[in-house]
Amino acid sequence: MEYKMILTPEEEAILNGSQGETMAKVIKTLILYGETFGAKRFVEVTAPGHLVTSFGISIMSPVFNITQELIDAGLKAKAPFTVDPRPIDYANVKCNPIEKLIFSKILYGEQARYEAQLRKLGLKDKNAFTCACYLDDVGNIPKKGDILSWAESSAVVYTNSVIGARCNRNSGIIELFGMILGKVPEFDLLTDEGRKAKWIIEVKTSKKPEAQILGSAIGLKVMEDVPFIRGLDKFIGTTLDDETKSYLKDMGAATASNGAVGLYHVENLTPEAVEFGEDIINKDAKVYVIDDAELERVKASYPVMWKDPNGKPDRCFIGCPHLTFAQLGQWTAKFEAELKKQGKTKVGMNTIMTTAPDVLEAFKKNDKANYDKLIKMGIHLTSICPLMYMNNPLCGKKNVLTNSNKLRTYTTSRYYTDDEICEIAVKGDI
Amino acid sequence: MAKEFKGRPVIAGECTVEAVVSRQGFNTLASFQKSALAKKKETIVSDQNNSDLFGKNITGKALCLPQTIGSTTGGMVIYTATALKIHPRAMLFSEPIDSLAAAGVILADVWTNDTITAVDNLGQEFLDYVQDGMKVEIKMDGTVIVG
Repeated sequence: MEYKMILTPEEEAILNGSQGETMAKVIKTLILYGETFGAKRFVEVTAPGHLVTSFGISIMSPVFNITQELIDAGLKAKAPFTVDPRPIDYANVKCNPIEKLIFSKILYGEQARYEAQLRKLGLKDKNAFTCACYLDDVGNIPKKGDILSWAESSAVVYTNSVIGARCNRNSGIIELFGMILGKVPEFDLLTDEGRKAKWIIEVKTSKKPEAQILGSAIGLKVMEDVPFIRGLDKFIGTTLDDETKSYLKDMGAATASNGAVGLYHVENLTPEAVEFGEDIINKDAKVYVIDDAELERVKASYPVMWKDPNGKPDRCFIGCPHLTFAQLGQWTAKFEAELKKQGKTKVGMNTIMTTAPDVLEAFKKNDKANYDKLIKMGIHLTSICPLMYMNNPLCGKKNVLTNSNKLRTYTTSRYYTDDEICEIAVKGDI
Repeated sequence: MAKEFKGRPVIAGECTVEAVVSRQGFNTLASFQKSALAKKKETIVSDQNNSDLFGKNITGKALCLPQTIGSTTGGMVIYTATALKIHPRAMLFSEPIDSLAAAGVILADVWTNDTITAVDNLGQEFLDYVQDGMKVEIKMDGTVIVG
């Protein structure tokens, strides 16, 4: 078969089987993938990878068959990689015996086998399970301009936008193939042209917009295009400090899950918006104005998927994507104030915060006062993926609250803003 | 009256099947997950945000859509659906195919014995014209005859 991509002699040899039949299929997949988007060549991956598939869910057995084929062929990633969070943590996310049986034996019955596969393929370490691999305590932090082979929509949009690394919105498996080959086809967000904004978002709200709703509105409007966001620096500043990066993490995750955004620019704030200014906007860019009424309209459009919309909430998840170290401190203060306001000492419902294993260890060690406060309030800390945890018929029947627009999109959970969810969690009812 | 549209074959193939139409972005994970998890023999779309497709069967049909959206598990989910034989027979994109859908149909083509015929760039007129239940004939060169 004739290919349009220009291959080096080494790549040509791999395609012809010099490194075995499986490796030939790996490069063939990447060539077809690249050619679909007009890639003319492969470029070297310059930093460690991040994998989206972390869950040994039995229904995905075709995926585990591919990973086993890779292992049997002696293939592994060129550098140690991180991976999305595990789906279960019985110690901190309580399950009844039936749920436990279904999780361990049926739903995630392949977890142990899959984690063993990941170790053979080059997993970084036992703490490598987080969707927010780019956090300081986790350490999979690319540099501006690095070429990546990552998946996980929230991580890809963060690394492109906030760090300025270059990564396409790769699918699961494709990112693993790029890590194994050490190369990715060059197209779209890997090119200067592909990083130009096709939309101008004018933020004209009266106060700092809720990150999760702003991201949702942008994602639903621009789909996969690159937006340039004006007027947000007025509320979140022009410095990429911990608080601002946390805001951008949550906003970006909503743009990527409610739409398909892989990169956004924030005027006067994100690296390429600062470097290139308005030159990074396409001349024919469309304009979308977001004001208070538009955010209200978007929020009101979310359907309530609970069987009984007036039912009592069972559980509350905060932290999808995983919370940063700074956010754990902010939530501690927020709950402390709300408990005082309602004259209580403990939250009124099962409340779970999720963060990366490395961040949780650092929080316990370096901010023990706040960690102890959260535990005393009755709040549980875990490193699971609430999305994977909820993706089953048993959890689907529970009335779950969340402040995550990503979790809302993929599950039956119900979205509330940070302030609302704090009040409800303390009260124990809506 | 039948109407002809010309697109680009991403995964070339020939078939004549029934159309099922999403006028908005197709959220792959949200759409397939419930049927896949419940080990159903067909995919009944479970995306609560997609009023065009929610509750409809897409297995064996020509899924007509602008693009896919959502989680980067998307391609892997399309590949898995194909390996489990609960996939659409074809995916017909009015816009250029997105990276996740492309990964999915290519993985299905290279790593399974089955295939999803995929044609993109069919244009907005195609998506405006095609309706649920219409007969769609797809040719190797990316020609799509609707009705």
